[in-house]
Amino acid sequence: MKLLDSLRFRMAALFERDQMHAEMEEEIRSHIQHRADDLESSGLNRAEAERRARIEFGGQEKYKEEIHEALGGNFIGGLLQDVRFALRVLRKSPGFTIAAVLTLALAIGANAVVFGIFNGMILRPLNVPQAESLYGTEYGNNPGWQSYPNYLDLRDRNRSFDGLAAFSFVFPGFDTGKDPSGSSGYTTSGNYFDVLRIQPYLGRFYHAADEHGPNSAPFVVLTYAFWHSRFQDDRGVVGRTVFLNKHPFTILGVAPPGFHGTVAFAFIDFFMPMVNEGQLYGGSELDKRGSNVAVFEIFGHLKPGVTLTQAKADVNAVGAYLEKTYPQDFSHKSTTLSRQGLTVFGGAVTAFVAGLMLLAGLILLAACANLGSLFAARASDRSREVALRLALGSSRKRILRGLFTEALLISLAGGAVGLLGSVALLRRLSTWQPIAAAPARLPVVPDAKVYLVALLLAVVSGLLFGIVPVRQVLGANPYEIVKAGSSARLGWRITVRDVLLVVQIAICAVLVTSSLVAVRGLIRSLHGNFGFEPHNAMLLNVNLAMAGYGSDLAPAMKRRMFDAMGTIPGVEHVGWVNDYPPLAYGSNFRSNVYKNETTDLRQANTAATPFRYNISPGYFEAAGTSLLTGRSFSWNDDKGAPPVAVVNREFAVKIFGSVPQAMGRDFKLQDGTRVEVVGVVEDGKYLSLNEDPQPAIFLPALQSPSSTFYMLVRSERDPEQLAAAMRSKLRELDAGLPVTITTWKTVLSLVQFPSQMATVSLGVLGMMGAMLSITGIFGMAAYSVSRRLRELGIRIALGAKRTEVLRAALGRPLKLLAIGSAAGVALGILAGKVLAFIVYQANPRDPLVLAGVVLAMLLLGLVATWIPAQRALSVDPLILLREE
Amino acid sequence: MNDQAQLLPGTLDLLILRAVSLGPLHGYGILLRIGQISDNALLIEQGALYPGLFRLVRQGLLKASWGTSENNRRAKFYELTVAGRKRLREETDSWNRLAAAIASALSQQPEEI
Repeated sequence: MKLLDSLRFRMAALFERDQMHAEMEEEIRSHIQHRADDLESSGLNRAEAERRARIEFGGQEKYKEEIHEALGGNFIGGLLQDVRFALRVLRKSPGFTIAAVLTLALAIGANAVVFGIFNGMILRPLNVPQAESLYGTEYGNNPGWQSYPNYLDLRDRNRSFDGLAAFSFVFPGFDTGKDPSGSSGYTTSGNYFDVLRIQPYLGRFYHAADEHGPNSAPFVVLTYAFWHSRFQDDRGVVGRTVFLNKHPFTILGVAPPGFHGTVAFAFIDFFMPMVNEGQLYGGSELDKRGSNVAVFEIFGHLKPGVTLTQAKADVNAVGAYLEKTYPQDFSHKSTTLSRQGLTVFGGAVTAFVAGLMLLAGLILLAACANLGSLFAARASDRSREVALRLALGSSRKRILRGLFTEALLISLAGGAVGLLGSVALLRRLSTWQPIAAAPARLPVVPDAKVYLVALLLAVVSGLLFGIVPVRQVLGANPYEIVKAGSSARLGWRITVRDVLLVVQIAICAVLVTSSLVAVRGLIRSLHGNFGFEPHNAMLLNVNLAMAGYGSDLAPAMKRRMFDAMGTIPGVEHVGWVNDYPPLAYGSNFRSNVYKNETTDLRQANTAATPFRYNISPGYFEAAGTSLLTGRSFSWNDDKGAPPVAVVNREFAVKIFGSVPQAMGRDFKLQDGTRVEVVGVVEDGKYLSLNEDPQPAIFLPALQSPSSTFYMLVRSERDPEQLAAAMRSKLRELDAGLPVTITTWKTVLSLVQFPSQMATVSLGVLGMMGAMLSITGIFGMAAYSVSRRLRELGIRIALGAKRTEVLRAALGRPLKLLAIGSAAGVALGILAGKVLAFIVYQANPRDPLVLAGVVLAMLLLGLVATWIPAQRALSVDPLILLREE
Repeated sequence: MNDQAQLLPGTLDLLILRAVSLGPLHGYGILLRIGQISDNALLIEQGALYPGLFRLVRQGLLKASWGTSENNRRAKFYELTVAGRKRLREETDSWNRLAAAIASALSQQPEEI
């Protein structure tokens, strides 16, 4: 009750504030009148009596304030007063206000963007219920689970998961009856949607009960985005028939809007049952336990109470059982499980985002240091005003509240501007398709969490830099300050401002170092040796199965295409590689290889697992890969000829000891085929730019036909003209061929994407760091010059030289700059070790980088002190001495 | 003037309660009454009275109503509530105990310890 009463009283006090105020005034007036009556009766005239009465009463404003405080409802009223006052003060110095708001807007905006990325990629990678208990295998990390029979065994034998689902990718031609085009989709196990616990937006999903063996469930479920873009939100699509690679499938339903599959950055078009995959390619991998292409990843919800460790042990126990039962087809490697959504990129993405967050945090810290020193400088410039207010009876608490209100107003304004910018940027990012040919995007739509974090950062940073001048105000002695005026104290005393400036410059130097390291790394990775030459090479991608060429017609068609490309004027070399060329989209096949003398071909006995490419004659010339010794393939290396291979140097050294020793020797493939090495080529990059040298083998494409392939066309002609010429040649062959023509460099963009991304973000952060250090040094130098103008004037009047004046005015900021940059460069070198994980060939001890950082910091110092230096030199002693 | 004593913190509220306990008074009247009952021995700045008055009203120890003073001016009159009367009794007792204890402590002669 008491609490309620007090609350009611406070509310009343707040709302009836004006009335209370009027009453208070009337009461005080009445008091003074009564006193004046008494004084008048003792003989004074009325006017004098009233004057005396007012004096005797004391400071009316002070007592009114105390009464407000006694009433307790003062807080919000006082706050409004503070805000009004702070706005007035800030309006008086618009330059300072704008600079401060912009600085914070940049810093908070950068943090909001980075947090948005963190939120979208790591906190909430999949938009499904209970995503936190969804764990699965990672693609490529633990080969072994990638076959369909293995998946079935794992699904049925594990005791840790509440159902296990599997999925993989397909890229068939999608035909609604009028406009066939390429598409991307998932093949999934029948229980996929049930394991995910999601409900359809429209129609229904397929379930495990819909599957009855191979090709028994010709159904597709569309993603919401695809339904929207391809079918214009037509609710009548359910039940309609579409054709995938010319085979009829029935549309069952549409997935909910926020769901685009179980890989966070892949935005696909549809889902279809895995059991029907065979229809699309005229052959199925589902019954092969040794195949590692049917399943991309397996995932499910952990049962309540089962820990991740238990689940891993369980999965590994199933793996051990399978290896014992099927030694020929399965070699078990210890499996780890991870949160579903980021697949093999989980570690890299997490490290990258963590690095970004760290740097963005540093930016914010630097901005706070910057504003803190600005605020401290302002507070000391305003010391006379503060002293006057103290002398007039204002409390220190009230003055501090005023300062904090100013700081918070600035930080909230900065936060709002920064948030607006970051939301716009995040929206752009989320629709940006970084890799032209792949359906990959960044899942980073801003949500309430991002707004909240920005607000929180604004308040925290406001308090952070607002706290800097507190000691100054608390320690202020009004009498001393009013007496002495605002003249500068001389001599070297280390102030909070100096420390802040050094910290800030050190942080900025770290940022500048990082961005230079990243840029150097990117330049190097663009000019690195890939083992092939992406310049002047076009890639022609054709899926012959999509166009209706079965395995009987495909080889002849390929040869005709090969010949046709060779007749284009200006084309130097042509060759093709089945499936994907090296470094394309991170897709590559590896094969198990055994030594010739191995007879027991179980997986545990493999000698190497090289990348495997099936290539046509002319491939090495077209790719620009140099042959070290031996020969490449000819048209005679076809099905009838003995199996031969070209291997890379790494493979030759690993299996046979050296390049010359490899020539003419044999090795065995998984199926027991004995293959003779007829040539050795240079090493290259196959899966990612920062991989160690990997073994690779090249087999004749004529000996293992495939319907998907990339044809390489090398020519120095302009890419657009060349592409047009290629298209017209292909139309002569078959007008209905679905073809994609790109430069090889475009295809490389996927593998270069991470380091490009890193470089761009580090570059942006580095630039922000540089800008902050400019404003920081400028603020310090300008302040130091303005505080010492009088002293400088006297020096000039006494005949000081220009250099001496400059030294006096700017020596200190420059010294601080030197200390800060030295510390920053040292820290930057340490940070470079972290960078090396992200940026290919990053080496912060690179002399060029070091020189660059030193130069950059020097330039920054020069730019930032230029204007204050000019001001110091143009001091006119006469005018100065006449003032004050 | 110089022989007036500074008020101890917190004692102003007690004096106000005591002054008002003798009958409803307006602010200036309370000041006069305190002067009268303390033989003008205490130094109170006139304005300092009001924060105390508002505080006591808020605590429910005093209630206030507007009326007309003996000078025929509008003024706010304060009187004790039941809670105020109770509080005055408690505070008076505890003040007396404190004052007695301190007086006794200060009047001890060395040889009596």
